[in-house]
This record gives sequence, structure tokens and C-alpha cells, in this order.
Amino acid sequence: MNDINTTSEVRHTIEGQGGEWEIIIGLEIHAQVTSESKLFSGSSAAFGGTPMSHVSLVDAAMPGMLPVINKHCVRQAVKTGLGLKAKINSYSVFDRKNYFYPDLPQGYQISQFKYPIVGEGEVKVSLKNGEDIIVRIERLHLEQDAGKSFHDVDPENSYIDLNRSGVALMEIVTMPDLRSAEEAKSFVTKLRTILRYLETCDGNMEEGSLRADINVSVRRPGDSLGTRCEIKNVNSIRFIGMAIEYEAQRQVNEIENGREIIQETRLFDVSTGETRSMRSKEEAHDYRYFPDPDLLPLNLEEGFIKEITHELPELPDNKKERLIKSYGLNSYDADILVSDKNYAEYFESVANGRDPKISVNWITGELFSALNKLNLDIQDSPVSSNQLGELIDLISDGTLSGRLAKDVFEIMLETKKNPKLIVEEKDLSQITDESSIEKIVNKIIESNFDKVAEAREKPKLIGWFVGQVMKESQGKANPATVNDLVKKKIGI
Amino acid sequence: MIDLVSSDLVSIRNSLQNKEFTAVELLSEYIERITKSSKLNLFNTTNFENALKAAKESDQKIIRGEARSLEGVPIGVKDLFCTAGVRTTASSKILENFVPAYESTITQKLYDQGMILLGKLSNDEFAMGSSNETSSSGPAVNPWKSCSSDKELVPGGSSGGSSGAVAASLCPFATATDTGGSIRQPAAFTGTVGLKPTYGRCSRWGIVAFASSLDQAGPITKTVADSALALKYMAGYDEKDSTSADVGVEDYQQFVGQSIKGMTVGVPKEYEELDLEDDIKLNWHDAINWYKSAGAEIVSISLPHSKYALPAYYIIAPAEASSNLARYDGVKYGTRITGDDLDDLYKNTRGLGFGAEVKRRILIGTYVLSAGYYDAYYLKAQKVRRLIHSDFVEAFKKVDVIMTPTTPTTAFGIGENLSDPLKMYSNDILTVPVNLAGLPAISIPSGLDSQGLPMGIQIITNHFNEGKLFQFGSIVEKSRSSITNQSEWWL
Repeated sequence: MNDINTTSEVRHTIEGQGGEWEIIIGLEIHAQVTSESKLFSGSSAAFGGTPMSHVSLVDAAMPGMLPVINKHCVRQAVKTGLGLKAKINSYSVFDRKNYFYPDLPQGYQISQFKYPIVGEGEVKVSLKNGEDIIVRIERLHLEQDAGKSFHDVDPENSYIDLNRSGVALMEIVTMPDLRSAEEAKSFVTKLRTILRYLETCDGNMEEGSLRADINVSVRRPGDSLGTRCEIKNVNSIRFIGMAIEYEAQRQVNEIENGREIIQETRLFDVSTGETRSMRSKEEAHDYRYFPDPDLLPLNLEEGFIKEITHELPELPDNKKERLIKSYGLNSYDADILVSDKNYAEYFESVANGRDPKISVNWITGELFSALNKLNLDIQDSPVSSNQLGELIDLISDGTLSGRLAKDVFEIMLETKKNPKLIVEEKDLSQITDESSIEKIVNKIIESNFDKVAEAREKPKLIGWFVGQVMKESQGKANPATVNDLVKKKIGI
Repeated sequence: MIDLVSSDLVSIRNSLQNKEFTAVELLSEYIERITKSSKLNLFNTTNFENALKAAKESDQKIIRGEARSLEGVPIGVKDLFCTAGVRTTASSKILENFVPAYESTITQKLYDQGMILLGKLSNDEFAMGSSNETSSSGPAVNPWKSCSSDKELVPGGSSGGSSGAVAASLCPFATATDTGGSIRQPAAFTGTVGLKPTYGRCSRWGIVAFASSLDQAGPITKTVADSALALKYMAGYDEKDSTSADVGVEDYQQFVGQSIKGMTVGVPKEYEELDLEDDIKLNWHDAINWYKSAGAEIVSISLPHSKYALPAYYIIAPAEASSNLARYDGVKYGTRITGDDLDDLYKNTRGLGFGAEVKRRILIGTYVLSAGYYDAYYLKAQKVRRLIHSDFVEAFKKVDVIMTPTTPTTAFGIGENLSDPLKMYSNDILTVPVNLAGLPAISIPSGLDSQGLPMGIQIITNHFNEGKLFQFGSIVEKSRSSITNQSEWWL
């Protein structure tokens, strides 16, 4: 651990009593593989379900039962590896990780220890300050999930649900390349985006599909690595940030108060926001890893890997580059759009043949705030990309002013009707005809003649006239034309 | 009255199909004989009621001309094969009330040929032992006795129930499993034919696991022809067992009695140095002459790493066992003995549920896999295993089969070796290398020693070449002197 080169420049520090401290963070992400069935059995891998309803003889570790690898899960792991720009190992081995626990029916977890299916890779993470960092991936391996214990159902007994037992997980291990809670959060967010693009993990943290073990240590800038603590099983991005911040501060306090950091496993307590000791290194399990004799080593043929390479979708980094290049977007907008492939898809549908900047502004502005209010995903948006495109067309051809368009958009959200239809039904199209507008302008000036002289002195009053005209036209008059005519009539 | 003692699998199968007797008549004879043979303590569980029903159906099928290949033939099954609705204990207290809801692939295949389950046969607990004394139901007893002593002898192990039952004519064919010699050694001790097929030849699905990389199911029968017939219906690829091999199954009976003229028999020179009983050594030399007479060439070969086979085996097998047996924890099924907390539940259940030999092996296995010891023990043993494998690969470039005695001694007395595990383990010295190399081998009764006890010759051949075992096995069967058990003392 100590010889890892982490001497790159100090990006972030926290303040202790006696000076600056650097935080060193490495993550082990457990991502549930998107798959119909489990890693070594045919039973359903769906979330939830009546307890014990997704359990086969293999999952319950009945005597004489044998695991058979689910090829789809292997494919998913390879796909993920390719998405992380990682080396795919054509030879990998399943090992048994031995320990006793009631929700581990076999008495061992089938995992990959010495020979993982995926080797070193990397993830590019854009930070909030606009900088990009590269987080190196050490490895990715396949393993089984355990079942679930319930200790709070009954005062006398604990209960076990094996529905999750044997579900396929990918453990994705990073190098200790992260330096702050923000970086860790951005990394997990980016990783989740990549997994979702690849459709290899749904990334639903609230359902436990993505969980993180966090290794944290602190050091004086330039020093060698300090002793690390591992915070187990943190299941939200926000909690990952909180856990790191708390743990780093705790370690700084310990060291500054003359105590040593003890290598141990810690738990993050959601209710207090603190981490607490679970077990020390001395109490750590000896997992007695050895190759699972029920399974042959996994040999991947080159053709299999090639086939998956060809199936890879466009990934966020490439998509971002393309959006910037083809649509002239700025990096900020592009980042927002690629953070969810559905955003990008929606955008490209809207921007097809239209002004990209207007499109992105409508999407990240009006649409996102509406979806946010309605608590809807973009896939369930009441305004389709075609409808938003049509609305933008109505602005471009002058039918609607920006203001009118916003009104129409509100109606679209409520009624799901096409904007053209709404404009027709409500007679909302913009008055661009100059003579019609002139009539209204004349009318307003005539009835407010006293203010005209005043306006000549104080040109700010022009705005008042414009407002009156707009009001008279029920908002339909083209504001630019109104502005021009008012100025002309009043003589400014 | 059917003469069960002089009947074998082939003759019984033929008699049933020729309607010389009915399946029900046959079954009733077996039930009567099994009932009378309780002194041998060979059965853990009998299945007579279901068997009678099945026999009636078989008779119907035979009458209607719909008989399958082994229609109405009763079978004994080692209590390591899971049998749906029939208690399966692995001869362990920890599974004493376990009734599987599923049928092992092997037994299902045999039922599919019309075979009828008589009952579950005793074995060493979880197949760990060479004497069938570690069974939770007490020691099984060898139907053979020495001519100079009345003491009861072990039937070998771990498949002692299977070997004893076939030897005592309580069934014409019993399934068994062989991890380090557990089919061949009991066969040698009881004058029966025991076949350990190539690793991967027969499905392990539904067989209680001992050491997964070594376990292989096979038949114990009275004759070589029976063994060939049995293998045909046990063998075959099973997609539910990832280590099962997709290699074609042959009609093995064609090899029985086939000439071996011009073929080669290897005799490992290192085995001459082993501590073998004199009669066994003599018998081995006799067998060399039988092969010469049959026209084979005898070739001296070298298996230099075989001397490390036993220690390597007693690291690898316990390592796998320590993990395979972790599932017996009192949580899901089987015996549960509760306590104050979870640790108590584990300690009580496993402490009282497992016998001494099983515990010894779990401890050895846990030790050799532990951090700091893994490289020195487990990894080194795996290296030895590869060297042993290469020894055989080299040898089979020169010879068709390798011939050795099956065991260094004939059957010993119950209780004689129980307190000395190392002496007990040394029983496997000739059989263990075969398992480490995943090879097929057969033990053929080859005569009686000066005490009147059966001896066995082991024939080993290359992977998936079982046909040669039957071909060479028939020579021993034809050339040896009679091995009839004159006294049926237990009846």
C-alpha cells in the first residue's frame, strides 16, 4: 500500500490545529449486475419480492447443489470493464471467501480473489471547479451477494430472507486517487452514469444496487500514506460525502491529540453522521480464499470480448465531446446533458434542425425545473421532445414571443397538448403585423398623453408604455416591435 | 426361490426381461435377505414400501413389452446421493433427519432405466474414512471373515455399505463415490468390482460433497460386465455440474473379454518399494503373469511423485471439505442445537453434529487454508498434484494401462486402526494418486490371501478411456482363482 505513487500535486486539504492535512480516499463499489437471474442459479434477481420467493436449491445451499455460471453476468462484467477502459482478463478464477453468517447459506461467498475478470482501467471525473481528474481503477470482479437478516421483526428470533442470496455483484475497486469528499461524490456519480449508460447496473442506491466501502486515511502533504480505516456499506452519495468528512476530521483529531490511527473497519451511522468502530484488524476474518473447485476457471474467447466491444454504447465522455463539437455547446451544458443518457437523447431530438443553445436552455431551464417540481424523470416528461421542438419552432418563426412560449409551455405540461394546437385554441399567436401594433400604441399614447412629455424627460417610462401596450394586446404583441414603435411615437 | 448369491446385475436383468421371475418376486427375496442381514449394519434407511410399488409398475411394463434397460432391477444407493423423499444422511448426525426434495442426477438416470431403490447404504461420515467405522449409524461389517479368526472386519470405506451390500448379495449393484479410493478400497476388501470413472464422467449434482475436485461417483458390482453395464447408465454430461465433461458415453460391455494381445501394461517401479502385505505382493506378481499369458507386454514405468500423493491428498481434500461442510450450520436444515447466541448455535450444532474424523479434517482443512499457511500447504499440494498428473501423462505415452494392487493390506478388524489416523490414511496410498490426476481406475477381485480374505488389483488408464479398464479387468476376472465367500455367517 505504501509504495503506491500518490505524489501528484496536492489538490485539497483540510485544516487541523497544527496545519494542513491531505485526505487519501479509495473506494470499493459494489454494483448489482442488471440481470434477470442470479450469478450461479436460475432464480430471479429482481429487487424485493415476498421473502424467500426468489430462492433455488442452489441459493439455499442444499446438500449436493452446484453453481453454474450465468453467462449474461459475465457479459455484463466484461461490458462494464470495457466502459471503464479496463483490461479484460481472458482468464479469471472464482474463489471461495469463507466465513460463517446465517444469511450466507453456503458458509462462503463465491468471489474472485487472485484472478479478477477485469484489470486496471480509469474513469475521468469532471469536478465542480471545472477541472478533470483521472481516477484509476484497480480491478473489477464478480461475486455473489448475501441474503438479508432481520433482527427487529421479533424479540426472540432473527429472520433471514435469501431472495438476495446469490445475486450478482461487480466489485469495482479504485486506486487511492481521491482527495476529498467532493471528489469521491463526483466519482461515484460519474461511475453510476457510466453503469447506467452500459445498462450493467441500474445504480439505484436506495434499493442497494450500488454501495460503497470507503478507505480513508490522512497525511501531511508530501508525507507517505497514513493508516487507513474502511467504512463499510455506505448507500448514498450524500452519505459517502458525510462519512468521508467525518472520518477525515476524526483521524486528524486523533493524530493531533497524539493518538495513533488503528487500522479497522468502521460503520457510518446515518442518524448521527458519525463513523464508529466495527472491528479491528486483529478481529478481522481470515477468509481462507481458495479456488472454488465446483467451477472451472473462466476462459473468455477473443470473439466474445470483441462482440461485446461492438455492442458498447456511446459513453458519457465521448458523448460530451461530440455534443461540444457537433452542437457548439459549452462544457458546462454538455456535462449536464451527458449526466443522464436520457437527457442527451432528449436534447438531440429537440436540437435536431434547431438552435442548440435555445434547445439546451429550454431543457435545463424550464423543462428541468418543471420535472423537478413534478418529481418526474425525463423519460416520463409530460412534454415530449417533439413537442418542445415544435414550441421552439413557434418561437423561431415569430409565432410566439419568449413570454408567450412560457405560457404555452405551462399549458403543455398540464394538458400534454401540442403547442400549435394550444396556440390555435387560445388564439395566442403573436401580433407581428406593425399596423395592428401601431393602432394599439396610438391608443395608449392618446389616453396617456400627460405621460408622454414626462417620458421624454425620463426615458425609463418607455417601459411603462410598452407594458401597457402588451397588456392591451393580451401579451400577444411582438415586444421588440412594440418597443420600437413606442420610442418612435414618443420621439426618443 | 431365486439364487441371489449366484446372481449378478446382467443375469438379473436378463431373467427379468425373459420373465423367469417378476420384479416383485425378486424384490421380495432381496427384502427378506436384507432383513436377515441386519448384523452387517449396511443400510441407513430402507425404502421397501416404495420399492414394492415400483416393482409392480415394472412388472406391468415388462408384461406390456415396455421394459427399459434395467427394468425392475433393485439398487442400493450410498447415503451420500440425495434421494427425493428418502432420508439422506451422509451417515452424519448433522443430517440425520434430512429428507431432500430433489433427486441426484445419477440416481434419477438409473430410475429412468427402471431401477428400483432398495435403500440407502452406510458410509463413513461425509465419505471421510477408509473403514466405514465413522458412520453415525455405527460401523458397517464386512461379510467376509478371516479363516483363522472370528473377529468382525471392516468392509472398507468410505463406501463400505455399498461394497458390503453387493458382497452379501443384498443388491446386485450399488452406487458409490470415490474421493481417494472410497470405491476401490472397499471393493478390494469385499471381493467386489469397484469402478472410479474419470473425473467429470458422472455428474456430481445432488451428491453430498466431500472434496469437489476429487469426488467421483461410480458403481460397485459383482462382475466386470456388470460394472460396464452400470457405467453406461451412470455416465454422461450434466449441465447442472460445471465440472462434468461433455464426452461421449460408449457401450462399455463391448470391451469385456476383448483381447489385449500386443497391448501394454505398466508396472510402476516405485510401488515395489511400498510396504505391502506379502500375499498382496505375490498376487500382484501373479497378475503380471496373467497379463503376459494374455499376450500383453509388461513395461516398467516410473511415477516419481506418487510418494507425495498421500500428503498432498490429505491437504487438498480436507481444505475443500472444510469449506464444503460450512453449510451444515443448523440454520437452514438438518440438526440444530441452539444456545445463548449465534456462536453457541454454531458450536453446539457442529460440535455435536459432526463426528471426530470429520472434525479432524475440517480442522486440518481450515489450518492449511489459513493466512500464512496457504502457500506452504495448499498451494504446494496443488503443485504436487500437477506433478503427479504429469507423471501419469508421461506413463500413458508408453502404456495402455497401469496395474497395481488396490490396497496394501486386506480387510482389517473393526476398531483396529481407528485410533491411528495416519495408519488409516495409509490405506489410500495406492488409490489416491488416481484421484489427484482425475483418472479412471477399477479394482477387480484377484484372489484370496492366506487368511481367505479377498484382494484386489487396480487398473488405471487414461482420461475417458474406461473401456480399457473393462478390457483389462476381464483378464484378472478370468485368470484368478475362485473367490466365493463360503460362509454366510451373518444370516
